Amino acid sequence: MKSESPGPLIRIEGLSKWYQMGGETIKALDCVSLTVYQGDFVAIIGPSGSGKSTLMNMIGCLDVPTEGSYRLDGVEISAMNDNQLADIRNTKIGFIFQGFNLLPKLTAIENVELPLIYRGVPTRKRKAMAMDALEKVGLGERMHHRPSELSGGQQQRVAIARALAANPPILLADEPTGALDTKTGKEVLEMIQHINGQGHTIVLITHDLSIAQQAKRVIRIQDGKLYEDWSDAG
Amino acid sequence: MNMYQGIKMALGSIMSNKLRAFLTMLGIMIGVASVISLVSLGQGSTQKVTEQVQSLGSNLLTVNVTGRGAQTSLSYDEVLTLQEKPGIDAVAPVVSSRVTVKAGNKNTEVTVEGTDASYETVRDFHAQEGRFLLPIDVQFRQKVALLGASTAEELFGFVSPLNNYVQINGIPFKVVGVLEEKGDSMSGANDEKVIIPISTAERILASPGVRTIYVQAESPEQVEMAEAQLEAMLTKKFKGDEDSYRIFNQQDLLESVSSVNSTLTMMLSGIAGISLLVGGIGIMNIMLVSVTERTREIGIRKAIGAKKRDILFQFLIESVVLSGLGGLIGVALGVGGAYAIGHFSDTSVVFSWDVTLLSFGFSLFVGIFFGLFPANKAANLKPIEALRFE
Ligand SMILES: Nc1ncnc2c1ncn2[C@@H]1O[C@H](COP(=O)(O)OP(=O)(O)OP(=O)(O)O)[C@@H](O)[C@H]1O
Ligand SMILES: [Mg+2]
Repeated sequence: MKSESPGPLIRIEGLSKWYQMGGETIKALDCVSLTVYQGDFVAIIGPSGSGKSTLMNMIGCLDVPTEGSYRLDGVEISAMNDNQLADIRNTKIGFIFQGFNLLPKLTAIENVELPLIYRGVPTRKRKAMAMDALEKVGLGERMHHRPSELSGGQQQRVAIARALAANPPILLADEPTGALDTKTGKEVLEMIQHINGQGHTIVLITHDLSIAQQAKRVIRIQDGKLYEDWSDAG
Repeated sequence: MNMYQGIKMALGSIMSNKLRAFLTMLGIMIGVASVISLVSLGQGSTQKVTEQVQSLGSNLLTVNVTGRGAQTSLSYDEVLTLQEKPGIDAVAPVVSSRVTVKAGNKNTEVTVEGTDASYETVRDFHAQEGRFLLPIDVQFRQKVALLGASTAEELFGFVSPLNNYVQINGIPFKVVGVLEEKGDSMSGANDEKVIIPISTAERILASPGVRTIYVQAESPEQVEMAEAQLEAMLTKKFKGDEDSYRIFNQQDLLESVSSVNSTLTMMLSGIAGISLLVGGIGIMNIMLVSVTERTREIGIRKAIGAKKRDILFQFLIESVVLSGLGGLIGVALGVGGAYAIGHFSDTSVVFSWDVTLLSFGFSLFVGIFFGLFPANKAANLKPIEALRFE
């Protein structure tokens, strides 16, 4: 993890994403701006169809904006090609999805190793890093289980370990508790808070206000526009 | 991502659906196995025929006389003059006829060939027991006979026929030798015949003229010279009628036989090659299905940092491993099959490493070629769209 970044980690300015649906243009994101500093914990909350996932995909470099600028760690993303984006996803971003998105045929540790494989980390070091990450999320005993042999909460913890293994500065979580019951959801959220405490920047997407309120900053999104909710800060 | 990781991943995903992998490989397996076994069979038969032709002697020319008008054959003396011609080493004239040969209460219908002592060297056909004809036998019209191996067994069983008598057209002949076993060849059944002195044959057979002459050239290089000499003598004899005789050159025969065989081999490998191609299409088919099924997996991999080439590589390796594995099993089946055919039937099989390597290499190539399209399709998926795929 980068310890000392001079500027903000995420700087989004006038960013838009449009989708063409038939003859109609849908503005999923409409000229949004957002700045996130290192170590922050930002929750983005909004109703269904408001553009949360679209924003998440932009921040996660899974997609490029139609318009505007996105600087990640000082680097402009909009002009990058597929390979460069893949590299950035691999080194800068850890994803935690609502549906876990683990590979069902791989064991927990193999899933966690995956981003390290793509980074080209040698086998021994990779295994050690993956084990370390699994132990951090309390799954040291379940390393060789497949996702189907794990509970939902455990699967999400494997996904968190996978996101953490490569030690990226930003963790993006799209409704990480959406598929979990209240109790395990709370555990997962505590884990995310703990990770934030260790210095990782976190952007969390949710439509649940009680979850959003666990974050340091809450940002509302409505019809593709962002509204910072200062009243909830701190 | 390195090669080792890629192969491990590919093997993992192949092993997770063994039945499908097997069915995918089946086309390649059958293709490779049939290339190898068919070519082995084809080459086996080429070799066998070549050996047969060569066993007749590579300096050998065969003249068949059909004649013109009343002149349907040559006389023994006419033939003997050929011996003096340049390029010709020896000639063995043959007078032949189908006759019944009797020994005791057994009899059999065989070809009797009346010839002289040079037959032994010209046709490289020796006596395994007793002796061959001697010049003296011809000179004095001796009533002696050599029996072909099968004929000897048929008439005398396991008793040696030497010094016993056989009756040819009712005339007793003393058996002086038994011919070595040669098996069947292009010139007919070699082991079912009786050889007697040509002078005797001219007396007792219905058609006494010489209609077959075996001519030995001095060397393989002299074959053409010898052929020209024969040509000259025969055209003169039959007044320019080229249809009244035919000269067979061993070399020509060999060439035409092997060209027929190589055409056959090529056709067989063509058919087998097509089945390999069809196998490749099968692989492409399954790989395309697999790419669609695994769209989400591809999305996840891309989200966590897999590059285009990582995904391309993963699917390409998978299809090459499938086709390569199919190729290996095909090689095993093909080699095994060829040996089994060689072992359980009397077909001869010549196994060739070239063809084995070539067809295995071709199966790898098929894997790459037909894997490229699906792999490329997978590599070009957009990560968000792939992730959204249900
Ligand atoms: N690929 C696409 N093509 C066309 N329209 C799209 C596409 N992706 C998103 N949209 C539209 O953009 C808008 C924002 O979608 P987005 O997925 O960001 O919503 P969301 O806030 O994540 O909703 P939810 O809470 O239901 O996940 C929606 O109106 C959606 O229909
Ligand atoms: Mg969404």
